[in-house]
Amino acid sequence: MLDFPRWKVVSIWTLLAVLCALAIPTFLPESTTANWPFHPRVNKGLDLAGGSYLMLEADTQDLANTRIEALREQIQGSMRNGTPRILIGDISTRNNQISFMLRDPSQVDAARERLLGITGGGAGMTGQREWDIQVVDSSRFVLTPTQAGLTQAVKTAMEDATDVVRRRIDELGTREPTIVRQGDNRILVQVPGLQNPQALKDLLGKTARLEFKLVDTTANPADVVKGIAPIGSQVLPYPGNPAGPPFIAVKRSVIISGDQLADSRQAFDQQTNQPNVQITFNAIGGNRFARVTQQNTGKPFAMIVDNKVISAPNINEPILGGNAVINGGFTVESANQLAIALRSGKLPVALKVIEESTVGPDLGADSIRAGILASAVAVALVVAFMFVTYGRFGLYANLAVVINVFVILGVLALLKGTLTLPGIAGFVLTIGTAVDANVLINERIREERRRGRSVVQAVELGYKEASRTIFEANMTHAISGVIMFILGSGPVKGFAVVLLIGIVTSVFTAVTFTRMLVAQWIRREKPKTINI
Amino acid sequence: MRLLKIVPDHTNIDFVSLRSWAFGLTLLLSVLAVGLTAVKGLNFGVDFVGGLMIEEKFPTPPDQDKVRTIVDNLGVGQASLQQQGGPQTLIIRLPVQSGADEGATNAVVKKVEAALGQAFPGATFSRYSTVSGKVSGELIRHGVLAVVLAVLGIGLFAIVRFEWQFGVSTIVAIVHDLLMTIGFFALSGFEFDLNIIAAVLTIIGYSINDKIVIDDRIRENMRRYRKMEMREIINLSVNETLPRTVMTSVTILLALVAMLLLGGHVLRGFTAAMILGIVVGTYSSIYVSSSLLITLGLRAEPEGIDKPRRGGGMDNAERVAPRER
Repeated sequence: MLDFPRWKVVSIWTLLAVLCALAIPTFLPESTTANWPFHPRVNKGLDLAGGSYLMLEADTQDLANTRIEALREQIQGSMRNGTPRILIGDISTRNNQISFMLRDPSQVDAARERLLGITGGGAGMTGQREWDIQVVDSSRFVLTPTQAGLTQAVKTAMEDATDVVRRRIDELGTREPTIVRQGDNRILVQVPGLQNPQALKDLLGKTARLEFKLVDTTANPADVVKGIAPIGSQVLPYPGNPAGPPFIAVKRSVIISGDQLADSRQAFDQQTNQPNVQITFNAIGGNRFARVTQQNTGKPFAMIVDNKVISAPNINEPILGGNAVINGGFTVESANQLAIALRSGKLPVALKVIEESTVGPDLGADSIRAGILASAVAVALVVAFMFVTYGRFGLYANLAVVINVFVILGVLALLKGTLTLPGIAGFVLTIGTAVDANVLINERIREERRRGRSVVQAVELGYKEASRTIFEANMTHAISGVIMFILGSGPVKGFAVVLLIGIVTSVFTAVTFTRMLVAQWIRREKPKTINI
Repeated sequence: MRLLKIVPDHTNIDFVSLRSWAFGLTLLLSVLAVGLTAVKGLNFGVDFVGGLMIEEKFPTPPDQDKVRTIVDNLGVGQASLQQQGGPQTLIIRLPVQSGADEGATNAVVKKVEAALGQAFPGATFSRYSTVSGKVSGELIRHGVLAVVLAVLGIGLFAIVRFEWQFGVSTIVAIVHDLLMTIGFFALSGFEFDLNIIAAVLTIIGYSINDKIVIDDRIRENMRRYRKMEMREIINLSVNETLPRTVMTSVTILLALVAMLLLGGHVLRGFTAAMILGIVVGTYSSIYVSSSLLITLGLRAEPEGIDKPRRGGGMDNAERVAPRER
């Protein structure tokens, strides 16, 4: 046991030195380390740095509805436009199902064939169907979304939504946001340093589905107010309607949608100097826009964002250049926000803020100061206490503890970990338990000495017997650490990470490292007796 | 240099004979803790009940009644106030807003901010958080699940590594520690939030650590002194490990007291819970879990299993037990 070959000594020191070195960039200002080729850094959590944390949840019911609505339109289109033409009627989308009648029951097989074409073979790679197709009473089709299909749809939508959220936050120009998918339908957003998350929430709350539709001028204004629109049209809210009631009837069919956007910018109206949003269509969108405006010159069309009409100007002349302007009583800020939302794409599913917290910079700074001070005092107390109790052996343990602190920081930096306030508490606890390992060892050595063993034997047995106990004790610690890591959110997780890293590093420093120091000392000095 | 010894050599306290007293006391305290929690309830943080928490820092200590009146007049529900850290900082808690969409809560934060800023120029928020009712329910479920799983996992580990009696006695002791901690929170009115779950899990971990060390020694002594009475083995083991138990508890307490006094108010409940947990955990390791092994009928030589003796070549005769001075 006291036999530590040179290669072992060298590798232990090298390993510890490297891990400690990894902690160095964390202590230097970012401007200094920015140019280093490799500069791992422990990030400060929001509770330390100040900043905002948002948990967004996707409205899966909303997504399911959109999906059903989209399929309904597809069915209508394909039955009407395919050959032979299949006449359907009585189509409805109640109870999360789509159902419709065939006018001619003899077309059941043809209709099913066509439905299979639309709904696709299987959902993703699982091969399960996305929709269940049933025929009731020989002529009524009922389509029900399958769970597999829905799950797949949510998954795809969440992936897209995460991208959109990232683009929007990047547009705000905030530094180092963290955007992570959580669970099936959540997105966690952390933005350091953002004290007022209002703008962020406003931005993320927008689905930003942009649609241009023709205004239904035939609608009876009295009916529109009651929410009744002619067939083929719908009533939409129009909060800024200069002509009167905050509602307007528009044709259901979409002339052009936000998918065809190439760009959107906040700008100013040249005549009124009002802020507006200028949008540019891509080639396909531009062509279609030109065609529709040519055909409908003189008629009003509605610019709709998230099912709300922003403005409904007349088409004075065909718009050929692929550009359009949305006016509608914007402030610079709201126009800019809409521009960002439009250019970052629409969210495939509406997101809701379900959890939010913001920490001001002062509190964060206070917490850091307090945390560091407390940690330093804790280390100092423990070090002093260990020294008066175990003398030289305490000194070795202390060296292990101090190195351990840097090693944990180094590993945390390597893993791109984040240090939170509970993380600091985890640190303090790790220091405490790391010391426990040395206490176990040293107490064993004391015992063995009392039993009359020689120095070498006592040390050897002390380490051997204590190591088993240390292993078992740390295993139990690790069990609770792993559970905390898996189930915990926010503060609990931050704590668990430091704890788990600490368990591994502290066993190494407290057992292997100190044993090496003790062994080297005994070989060098060959003491007849030890003061422990 | 003379070194410090907290526990003198050759300490020999008859812990086992104290066990009926200890069991009584433990039972009494546990009942008290449960009763107190039932009657007084816990001061749940927004993490667990949902709602809104605003920590507002005032330039001078504010008149709490005035703050309360201002917030109550906003018509956003009954505010509860709590001083935090110093007289200048107040925690204002509001219930989950009806209407439940995120706009409602945000509007409330803004409203409170504006009203307080007007009445107390220079007042700023230092943090706020809102948690929807749905999420808070989940956090509670996850928190409870984490604690239960941790206890079961550790108990299972003890059963696999030792005998079943160790697992059971360990779980009993842990449950005791948990009850004490929860009782303490009911008594003190410290906010019980997500951080506290982390603290509770740590207490479990630490307390187990303690018990494993003693259990390990009991197992070792069972193999070493095969003819010895169980109660003697336990007394011997607890006494042998006592210096380590006390030493470690003291070091961790030193670290935690530093944290409590200097660590800032955000972590105060957290560290208070851990300090209590360590005291309670140490007590239960010494008095509850090891003594319970006798009650559970642990035998030095389990029938049918002849365990190999440890440390070949080191016969009992060679060993000088500390009791035989």
